Amino acid sequence: MPRKLIIDGDEIEVDGGTSLLQACELAGREIPRFCYHERLSIAGNCRMCLVQLDGMPKPVASCAMTVNDIRPTRDGSPNVINTRSEVIKKAREGVMEFLLINHPLDCPICDQGGECDLQDQAMVYGTGGSRYEENKRAVDEKYFGPLIKTSMTRCIQCTRCVRFMTEVAGVEELGAVGRGEDMEITTYLKHGIDSELSANVVDLCPVGALTHRPWAYNARPWELHKTESVDVMDGLGSAVHVHTRAREVMRILPRLNEDINEEWISDKTRHVSDGLRTQRLDRPYLRKNGRLEPVSWSEAFEAIVERIRATDSSFIGAIAGDMVGAEEMFALKDLMGRLGVRNIDCRQHGEVFNPTWGRASYVFNPGVAAIDEADAIVLIGTNPRIEAAVLNGRIRKRWRGGGINISVVGEPHELTYPYKFIGSSGPALASMERDGLGDAERPIFIIGPGVYRRPDGEAILSKIARLAKSLGALKTDWNGFAVLHTTAALVAGLDLEFVPKIGALKTSEIVSGAAEVIYNLGADEIEVQSDAFVIYQGTHGDRGAQRADVILPGAAYTEKIATFVNTEGRAQRTSRAVFPPGDAREDWTIIRALSECLNAKLPYDNIQQLRDAMFRAAPVLKDVGMMSCTDNSDIDRLLRLDGKVGIEPLTSIVMDFYLSNPIARASSIMAELSALSQANKTPVAAE
Amino acid sequence: MSVRRLHPNQPKTFAFTPQNSAWAQETIAKYPDGKQASAVIPLLWRAQEQHYGWLPEPAIRVVADMLEMAYIRVYEIATFYTMFQLQPVGKLAHIQVCGTTPCMLRGAQDLVAVCKRKISTQPHILSEDGNFSWEEVECLGVCANAPMVQIWKDTYEDLTPDLLETILNGFASGTPPKAGSQIGRIASSPSAGFTTLTDKTIYAGNSGSNQES
Repeated sequence: MPRKLIIDGDEIEVDGGTSLLQACELAGREIPRFCYHERLSIAGNCRMCLVQLDGMPKPVASCAMTVNDIRPTRDGSPNVINTRSEVIKKAREGVMEFLLINHPLDCPICDQGGECDLQDQAMVYGTGGSRYEENKRAVDEKYFGPLIKTSMTRCIQCTRCVRFMTEVAGVEELGAVGRGEDMEITTYLKHGIDSELSANVVDLCPVGALTHRPWAYNARPWELHKTESVDVMDGLGSAVHVHTRAREVMRILPRLNEDINEEWISDKTRHVSDGLRTQRLDRPYLRKNGRLEPVSWSEAFEAIVERIRATDSSFIGAIAGDMVGAEEMFALKDLMGRLGVRNIDCRQHGEVFNPTWGRASYVFNPGVAAIDEADAIVLIGTNPRIEAAVLNGRIRKRWRGGGINISVVGEPHELTYPYKFIGSSGPALASMERDGLGDAERPIFIIGPGVYRRPDGEAILSKIARLAKSLGALKTDWNGFAVLHTTAALVAGLDLEFVPKIGALKTSEIVSGAAEVIYNLGADEIEVQSDAFVIYQGTHGDRGAQRADVILPGAAYTEKIATFVNTEGRAQRTSRAVFPPGDAREDWTIIRALSECLNAKLPYDNIQQLRDAMFRAAPVLKDVGMMSCTDNSDIDRLLRLDGKVGIEPLTSIVMDFYLSNPIARASSIMAELSALSQANKTPVAAE
Repeated sequence: MSVRRLHPNQPKTFAFTPQNSAWAQETIAKYPDGKQASAVIPLLWRAQEQHYGWLPEPAIRVVADMLEMAYIRVYEIATFYTMFQLQPVGKLAHIQVCGTTPCMLRGAQDLVAVCKRKISTQPHILSEDGNFSWEEVECLGVCANAPMVQIWKDTYEDLTPDLLETILNGFASGTPPKAGSQIGRIASSPSAGFTTLTDKTIYAGNSGSNQES
């Protein structure tokens, strides 16, 4: 029931379930806090958010009291809250003083300095000096794994990290042991945290107790330039801030996007940044006498032109990789079209999608945010915990809300919520169709790579479409057919129809000898089995570059303004935070320059002209940030697909979460995490 | 109170005896479905009783597994409650000296001095023969008979340093003294004998009261 409050003289009407802290914020008051966080449960233990409530003998912790908890006044007049009185000023000073009693004065050597809540709030709400003359408490260092550096003497026991790991990440590994002054935050017996979202606790930590180990002592926040961008490590397209100093990406932090990642990002998204510095291709290379040698752009282009001129267009193929932007895919497709090449494919893992089925057949139709409204979730051939860690957190959040059935078809992975295991292979879908989903009104079928990367993927997709239709996932106001992509480029590629037309060669055929010249645009997960001439355009000296005959150095996602379409079909744009290293160039300009050498000049001289042309070809890419509506009837087209479903289990394909792309493979932190997660998987005999 | 840590030397394994296992299952069954974690304190306590009066690390994991709790959650509880001993205690006696105000005023620190001299200079450290250990604890609720100590489940009251030494010697020789007041009074009746209501005739009246002395 809405109630009226008078906050510092301003009357405001709020819902009864609102906490006083939220009410004060609605009234435009800033309430300092350490333990309170919007997305975590209420702890009420830092006492920083004290406000004065008329009728209460003492100041109250505003985060832990809701408007309904207030006793109404006798005459029915609105309750009065004061956030600016002398009492509150003194209360805040007192709390600050208590918090600082045991807090070390090591700000000059603390990595949190400059972005520290305690520092900032001590400046605003604290007193100038200290009256404390006893020894300060010192706390043993803890081990939280390779990502989180601890300095627990600085800890103010807000327990945000404990609540995050328990509630959001769903991994009960952090806890507060001991009591009172001796309370310490720790894992169980120096066990590193085994979670894909663990580094978020560092963002939550209001002091410097938890800092990022890989970035320790590297940079101060005020030296960094912040660029808003989008992540490409998985198919979600989480919103990120790229922090740079001079020409280096120093760190990547999450940015708020309620529709996708809320305010979390996975450890891979965050800590892949060192991979952007190492193993980079910074100049063109040409293979001479079996060895790759650095050459000039013109020499590299000449070699390409010579080979392409000498090859019939039906023996040329182009493959686009997992982290290429829509712009370069469009330019490459355009160029290939002008050369008469029909063998183009953006599905390097052998995904079965076909743009002719319609867009709804290959995107996450309900949208990530719709998980919050779903009342049944069926995970098919996917392990969202590693394929889209943030999305898994969202499913867990939904599960915590209650009233939802989660079922799994495929491998029974350890997810962070309980689920019903239906079966491992295709026939389980039939039993599900029989048993139904109870009275679920808004079911979501999340379809992972374990389905669509299989040779019989079409047949399984068709079965899932039938299942979704019969179980009520396809209604006029609800489309629960949700394809979970694990790569950032595929949806844009499909939107641009970067796929072979009938009769043309697909990836597996291109790499196995049917093509004599292969234009490899950042595809590092394929293995070219023939002696074809390979032109590799990409960013890292990885698998693709090793097999290449010509290397054209391109720009990574932090170095170009490129359009990526996430698994929901939402077009998003990265920003240029730094310039590509050395002679490397933005990818579309390389293709544009090459086109001129090939006498097939692409008719755009700047990115805007290219985009205009691209939007004409694929209008859905135009609405940046928006999820364009999809057509449920596209799913009906899937029903007509035919084929036999194999009995092999729908195993998830992404085997090593931390090493799934060239940037991650260049990152030493990802290598460490990968080794750690492998070690965690193998059973250990004794502690 | 100081920082509580698990002891560096831990047994490899821990398992409840069959009797204790059966008891544990009964205890768990007392709680409604899904609330089995409520049994964590009784189970840890029984584990401590079974394991020579202190709680080893494997027991934390065993109890956590029995109750489907995360290890860290049980670890939190074991470190929070100071009645869980996280390090070995004396085989014959673990002396818990009450140091709260009434006992302190009546000479608890003298008892502590005896412990320091006879057992070890620091609390929670075993005596050289491993038979004794001591610690100072908060109020044990026998304020009227202060000062006092608790050994296992019994309290020994109205102590003086000499009496405490006698008790320690009694435990050492296998003949522990009778629990309760060590100066012969019953419960907390006046230590110097009754001073009021001593006239037996007031109990023998025939006013209809059933009270007999």
